[in-house]
Parts: sequence; C-alpha cells; structure tokens
Amino acid sequence: MSGTITIEPISRIEGHGMITIIVEDDGSISDARFHVTQFRGFEKLCEGRPFYEMPSITERICGICPVSHSLASSKACDAILGVHPPDTGVMLRRLLNCAEFIQSHALSFFYLSSPDLLLGMESDPAKRNIIGVIEAYPEIAGDGIRLRKIGQQIIELISGKRIHSAWVVPGGVNAPLCAEHRETMLQMIPEALEIITRTLTMFKKSLEKYRDEIQTFANFPTLFMGMVDKEGNLEHVDGRLRIIDAKGHIVADDIDPADYQEYIGEAVEPWSYLKSPYFKPMGYPEGIYRVGPAARLNVCNGCGTVLADQEWAEFRSLERGPIMSSFFNHYARLIEILYCIETLQKLLDDPAILSPRIRAFAQPNFLEGIGCVEAPRGTLIHHYRVDENGLMTWANLIVATGHNNLAMSRGVLQVAKRFITGTEVSEGALNRVEAVIRAFDPCLSCSTHALGRRPFTIRFRKPDGTILREL
Amino acid sequence: MKQHPQKKVRTDLNPSRLLTFKIDERDVSAHEDESILTVARQNGISIPTLCHLDGLSERGACRLCIIEVKGVAKLLPSCVTFPRQDMEVITNSERVVTYRKKILELLFTERNHVCSVCVSNGHCELQNLAVELGVTHVRYPYLYPRHAVDASHSRFSIDHNRCVLCLRCVRVCDEIEGAHTWDIMGRGITSQVITDLNQPWGTSETCTGCGKCVQVCPTGALSEKGKSVAEMIKRRQFLPYLQMMRGRQDDSWQK
Repeated sequence: MSGTITIEPISRIEGHGMITIIVEDDGSISDARFHVTQFRGFEKLCEGRPFYEMPSITERICGICPVSHSLASSKACDAILGVHPPDTGVMLRRLLNCAEFIQSHALSFFYLSSPDLLLGMESDPAKRNIIGVIEAYPEIAGDGIRLRKIGQQIIELISGKRIHSAWVVPGGVNAPLCAEHRETMLQMIPEALEIITRTLTMFKKSLEKYRDEIQTFANFPTLFMGMVDKEGNLEHVDGRLRIIDAKGHIVADDIDPADYQEYIGEAVEPWSYLKSPYFKPMGYPEGIYRVGPAARLNVCNGCGTVLADQEWAEFRSLERGPIMSSFFNHYARLIEILYCIETLQKLLDDPAILSPRIRAFAQPNFLEGIGCVEAPRGTLIHHYRVDENGLMTWANLIVATGHNNLAMSRGVLQVAKRFITGTEVSEGALNRVEAVIRAFDPCLSCSTHALGRRPFTIRFRKPDGTILREL
Repeated sequence: MKQHPQKKVRTDLNPSRLLTFKIDERDVSAHEDESILTVARQNGISIPTLCHLDGLSERGACRLCIIEVKGVAKLLPSCVTFPRQDMEVITNSERVVTYRKKILELLFTERNHVCSVCVSNGHCELQNLAVELGVTHVRYPYLYPRHAVDASHSRFSIDHNRCVLCLRCVRVCDEIEGAHTWDIMGRGITSQVITDLNQPWGTSETCTGCGKCVQVCPTGALSEKGKSVAEMIKRRQFLPYLQMMRGRQDDSWQK
C-alpha cells in the first residue's frame, strides 16, 4: 500500500508546481509537500543594472500582477532617491493598483477556481475548466470575463497598456491622467459594482455546499500578516504591516516595511525553489504565517468604504476570531474587489487626480531602499542595494506566494489526510488537493527568484526514508 | 575619422561634374561628390541605414545600406560609394534584402538587446529597422557577452549591452563638439567604445558633458540617467544646423 502520490503539474494556478504525498503501509498519509519546480533568478540577473530600470525589469516577472511589482519596486527606488512622490502621483499609483486587484482577483475566482466551485470538485475533469463554466453557467462566466476586462481596461486607460506598461517610475508615474479617460472609467464602475454584488450574493448562498472543503482547506491556526493604514483599515499601497496571532491578538503592529528583516526570516528547503519565510521571533517553522486576501481582512479593523465594510463585518462574523480556513480566500477576494471598486470611485471623484504634478526627480541619495505593497496574493517586498553610481549590487524579493509556502504545504497535508487513504485515489480527491493550493492563488512564476544557488531536487521516497528516485 | 575625400564646396569657379546613372531602373542625375545614398534619398528611394547620420562624416560601419551594382560582384555600402556615369544600382534585390536581414540578426546576437526593459524601447533605430525589414526571428545563437554599465557620469550612462558600434558618438564628439572623448578599442567582436584612455566616463577630463553623443546614439546604449523604459527620446535635429554654425566659425561659410 505504501508509496508516493505525485500530482504534476498542478493545474489552474499561475506557474509550475508539483505536489508529493507520502503514503504509509496502512494507507494513512504521513507527509505532503508542495514543490515549486521552476526557477527564475531575477534577484541575480538584475545585479549591475541601473536601479531606475528595476520597476520595468521586475514588472516582467509576472503578466498578471505586474502592477504590484512595479509599485513595490518604484517604492524601493523612491527610498533610494529619498523622495516622496507628489500627491497625485501617489493617488494614480493607488488607482492603478485597484484596477489590478479587480482583474487579478477576477482571474483567480472566475477563471481558475470557479470550475471547482460551480461544477463541483468531483465533476468531469475534461469539463472542469472555464470553458465548462461557460457552457453550464454562461451568465456567471460572462460576469467574470466582463469584470476582468473592466480591470484590464482601466489599467490600459491609466497607464497606456494592459500589461507591462512601465508607467510607474521611481518618484511617481510618467504620464498624468486625462479627463476623458477618467470619464470612461467612471462609466464602467456601476456595471462592475453590479457584477460583484451579484457574485457575492451567489457565493454566500453556496457556502453551505463546501462544508468539507472549508473544514480542511488549510484550516489550522497560524499567524496572519497584512498591511493596514493609520486607522488600522485595509490598505494595499502605502501602509504599515500588522501581524496577528490565531486568536486575533496583535503580536506586532505599525511595522515600517523597511524593518521587515527584524520580523521575517527566510528559510530555504532543499525540495523547492520557493523560499519559506517565517515570523522571526517565533523561529522556523513555528513562525508560520499567512498573507493574502483573507489574512488582510483578518488583520484590519475594517475596509474604510461603505459597502465593503458591511461585507467585511459579515465575513468576520463567520468565526469568533480570525477566519482560519484558507477556503475563505475566495470570499475575501470578492470583498476586496468590492473595496477596490469603491476606492476607484473615491479616487476618480477627487479633482486632484487630474493634476499634472505626478513625479519627483532626484539623484540617488541612499544606497539602500525597501518597497512594500500588498499584491493580490499578499505582501510583496522589494529590497535593493545600489553602488555610488546607482547600479544594483544586491536584491531581495519576498513575494506573496512565498509567505504562504509553509501554510500551503500544511494545507495539502490536511486535505490529503481527509480525502485520501492509500495510493488508490479518486480523481475528485486529487482535485481537492490541487484546489487547496488554488485557494491561495499562488503565483509560482512570481515567487521563485533566486538565492544564488540551486537547491532543487525531486525525491520520491518510501515511508522509511529510502529514496526511490531522485531527479 | 574622415575617410572619404573632403567634400569640395561647389562654386561657379569650382564646378563639380554632373553624372547620370540608374537607381532601381530610374534615371537619376547627381554631382560626382554625392554618395549613392544621398542621391537615392534625394529621389525618394529609401535605403535603410544605422551608422549614417545627417551632419556627421560617413563611416560605412553597419553595412545596412549595401546595394548591388551591375557588373560588380561585391555588394557595396551606398553611404561611401560614389556614382559613376551610366552605373546601374539596385537597392532592393532579394540578395540585398537577405543580407540586410542577416546583418541585423547578427547585430542582435552580438550584444544583449532586450527591448522590453530598454530606455529607448519604441524610439530605437535598431528596433525600427528590425520591424521595417521584417526580422521576426534571429537564426543565429546569441552570444550573451557580459558587459557592464558605466554610470559614473553624473548625467549620462552607457550600457555596452545595447551598443551596435555605429561610432556616431565617436564622430559627433570629435567632429562637432571637438572634444574627442569617445574612441574605440579592441578589434572585431571585442571592439568597444571607450571614454578617454578606457576609464570610467565620470573621470574623463575631456568630456564637456554636452550630451551630443547621447542624442545621436541610435539605440539605448547612451542615455540620460533616471529615464525609465521607453522614456529616452533622442533629439537629433540640431546636428545639421550645428555643423553649419561650427563651419562658419572655421571661416568655411564664405568658401
């Protein structure tokens, strides 16, 4: 009975990953791991480049959340320049970020996860994809496609290009917003609001169906980390970090992201290219924490916008303390879309958004800079060092998916223990193992950036540790 | 630098000979001291160029302006070839176009031209030529040389990864600014443009910081510091005027 179950590749996620599950003689599951099998090396390849190229170089890490990388990178560059972008520059960056959250969360929810949620975990795998959803639920699929399109169109209207626009630059942004584009965006908002309200209602009604998944999708106590603003409300771009424990007590608050190294350690495991960050004061691997949509809603005191605040209160009433099951990331994503649509409206209604004062210029004044934003998948940190001439000497990127690495592996184990016995596994059970990963919406292509050495081997082993095969 | 004979200034007392010849089967007339490239452009026939720049001496370095001349086996660079009476020139034969594409592809393989993160993306002569000539693929292996960026100058930086060795910078610095800060070292594929005695640009004693080299550079190799992707738009209109004005100082205005 003993053996190893390998799921490769994991489908409907961003990037390439693999899961291995170790099965004991009696058919019980002893261990499970989530491996990231791709390697990018951005931290290394940017050495020697001028720091002001970094926003556009790191933007290329991802085609889904390039905005987040360009924002974190530009903020690190702002720190190297020692400038604060003009108010309109900050507003425009925030505006762009809202649009990205809308499209990225819509992608995760509708394109990648809705096949599991709508068609069922056990449904025919040949049809369990967005095409299957279009056939069975054309209206919902249409809503998803439309919502993502709105997000992408707004990105294009603001920055000139849907993907990799290189519009966010050190010191601010490189082109002001024109009144005509503002008008076009404002016209899109009512439809987006309608779609998200409809989807939220539908999703809340269906929660009952997923009781098993809610119980087992990484449903265990961990710390949570996320960004909050001065009032402790949800914040994606310019805030400070807060870490809470599983009971909801704040263990670290008002952390300047520039001090991240005091709080976050990075461990490297030989079986994955993905680093395993942990909360330093608690050590490795006890310092396991989670980031992302549900974590953000867990750490904040509210959203700060009317409709999203109502949804947030309802969301938080699901459990007494912080929401533990990562299944609720889907729910949190929808609430964040709502928050972003409302924020978009607020920003566009402010006449200052059209000001041409959008960029601060300076020579590099500091040799080190750290930039941090909340990406759709969680906290994103860019840390650069430059020489006297402004050429990069060192970079460290901690990407959202990385923060969740430990939790994803444990989540896989939890699901495997519940749904799998022995090596004879039903297709639906295997899909649930993948679906727990999907709940985190990991972006593996974003998250594997280097270390300077290659720690990766694939091991297939028996429970006694004998290695069957090594790649 | 000036390799071809000094252009004589034509006056009534010093007339240059007029010739007639054919470009792409069209009869054209030209002065004997006008290059085939110049004559072609006067007649609205476009020949792609990279190292040529109006206002600078010709270099014949990039070979993109090659043409076929009937009766001559070799392909000739039109920027440094002068017409002869009854010559028959072909600018766009299949052979010529194939070679031009190859030359461009080889240029791309020699250095690390990554348009997507380049300051000159969208405003680059090399990129535009590739589009114009329909270079969709590069058939040769890339060399991926390791070249450092020199950002020691307070306002400008040079990224040798994007240099095509057109030597416009060398020519403009020598011929227009008169500083001759730029030069070239090495041979063949190891050639590299240098400042002064191959020292960091920021330590150059001859550089006046005028920035003409940056403006004439066809790619993103020379750029203003702090420009982000696609923000480096070069201004070259000043060159012919500047050359004329400098010429007046030398008293050649009157000649």
